[in-house]
Amino acid sequence: MPLRDFAALLNGPQTIGRGAGFWSVAVLTVVLAAIYPLFAEPFAIANAAYFGVWVFMALGLGLLWGYGGMLSFGQTAFFGLAGYAYGVMAINFGAAHSYPMLALFLALAIGTGFSALLGYFMIYGGINGVFVGIVTLSVTLAFATFMNQTAGPEWRIGRARLNGYNGMTRIPSLSIDWFDGHRIKFDGGNFYYLVLVLLVVAYLALRVLVNSRFGNVLVASRENSERAELLGYAIRRYQLAAFAIGGFLASLSGALYAAWGNFIVPASMALPAAAMPIIWVAVGGRQDVTATLIGTFVVLYVFQMLTVVSQQYALIAIGVLLVVTVLVAPGGYVLWVVDMVGRLRRRAAAPDPVQSDAVEMRLREGVNRG
Amino acid sequence: MAKLLETRSLTKRFGGVTAIDDLNFSVDQGGVHCLIGPNGAGKSTLFKLIVGRITPTAGSILFCGRDITALPTSARIRAGLSIKMQVPGIFPDLPVAQNLTIALQRHRSRAETRREVDRLLDFAQLGSDAAKPAGQLAHGQKQWLEIAMAIALNPALLFLDEPTAGLSPDETFKTGEMVLALQREGMTILVVEHDMAFVRQIAEQVTVLHFGRLFAEGSIDEITANEQVQSIYLGESHDAI
Repeated sequence: MPLRDFAALLNGPQTIGRGAGFWSVAVLTVVLAAIYPLFAEPFAIANAAYFGVWVFMALGLGLLWGYGGMLSFGQTAFFGLAGYAYGVMAINFGAAHSYPMLALFLALAIGTGFSALLGYFMIYGGINGVFVGIVTLSVTLAFATFMNQTAGPEWRIGRARLNGYNGMTRIPSLSIDWFDGHRIKFDGGNFYYLVLVLLVVAYLALRVLVNSRFGNVLVASRENSERAELLGYAIRRYQLAAFAIGGFLASLSGALYAAWGNFIVPASMALPAAAMPIIWVAVGGRQDVTATLIGTFVVLYVFQMLTVVSQQYALIAIGVLLVVTVLVAPGGYVLWVVDMVGRLRRRAAAPDPVQSDAVEMRLREGVNRG
Repeated sequence: MAKLLETRSLTKRFGGVTAIDDLNFSVDQGGVHCLIGPNGAGKSTLFKLIVGRITPTAGSILFCGRDITALPTSARIRAGLSIKMQVPGIFPDLPVAQNLTIALQRHRSRAETRREVDRLLDFAQLGSDAAKPAGQLAHGQKQWLEIAMAIALNPALLFLDEPTAGLSPDETFKTGEMVLALQREGMTILVVEHDMAFVRQIAEQVTVLHFGRLFAEGSIDEITANEQVQSIYLGESHDAI
């Protein structure tokens, strides 16, 4: 039965949440998200789509950092590169003949290609541990600084002005032209549904990936890269593949962001922006796709609520949140809660040793590394 | 007998120090072969050269008749060499069974992997700890888990670097039994070792390394009786052997 085969691929040692209960809640969540636009204000719909746009980047970082043990500050560089690439191409190509979709695919190729190139030089150049963070942060900040000084009229690519600090504006939204000339423009509710579908696909694909043989080797390289190599795995290939997938997901966030807001600014790559994905992923739990997903949505929501009060205080509060996370639940709050529930259940009824051990391990992993 | 592993005029210099000096050393197919030598004899350097951690200054290494001198570590492993390091190399936060799965999945189908995991858990006497994170095992169990991971590759040559380091006499004896069980299955095993009681328990063929050169070769009794070996290896404490 093909459905059962697919379900088997989704579950495994590298993800929490299995069984009918979990998947019922997951399906219910998607259904609720699907009917949300029917009764929400247009602003709320656009805002929910905005949250969703960032989640791809967070999931990619979770794969790199949580599963692969590579802490990258470079996700915002890939985000920005793909965002600018989409902007430049979409402005130049125009909205006819589904050209924005072509711009999207090319932007993804550019962002992913750049991440693979950077990843190749780092991984095959023997850079690892904290130095991955340093190199990727440098690349991000260099890119942001460069884009900041492109204010003059000489900085243009075709019809697209880069516009320096103020950013590139009037970027066309995504749209598809049918053969009868009918155009579907991805803004408002349409864009929301596009993001929702992509999120479901990305989430399921990542679950399959991390529970596959590939995922096993990736966590093995995080745990003990020498041992993984001594089992005959050319681990740098696996790390590079993970880096490129992380770069692809960050690029998807960047291109969608540019299409969503019709603009992109260098500040989306600057230091505060570069630190944000790390916080989303750390707070939820980086060693689990589901934990990363939930954590990112929650932190984004809380951050936005605080920003309404004061932007400066919001940044401070988010910083405090990171510190508290590292001290209280280094593996992330979602995994922490799952563990607590597991413990209470074990005390109350029959234990499920495999599941709770897996969570415990993730938490301890956090303690060891935190 | 066919030569499984062979070094030809192998030399490794670190600055002015010649750690391995024009060494011609070989391991025949079948049996347990021990490599011993006093501290600084070049055992670790030879180990690293064979594993592929460092490249030789001169000479070559042949494995199954094929020159592996320039191959990266992972390619040597795929060619049939399997290694257990001195410090237990395991995946500490993954369950014991998953450690073995990762060792098996490269060359086995899913069903075979499941079967082999069970067999290796039995072999390493870790059946009751299958779901436990490997990092929580006792030191001796970690060593056995790593030996199980190394043999999961079904290697032509199993290379053990001081497998008894840090083990109690009981655990050391048990490790020796494991090595002998593997030898009975027809596996060729090369062991770098300090513990002479352990060498006596397992070895058929012993090679003594001294100042990076091959100093003596023979059965354990021949080596024990060799007075030159006693003088370089044992210093004054002859009765240790």
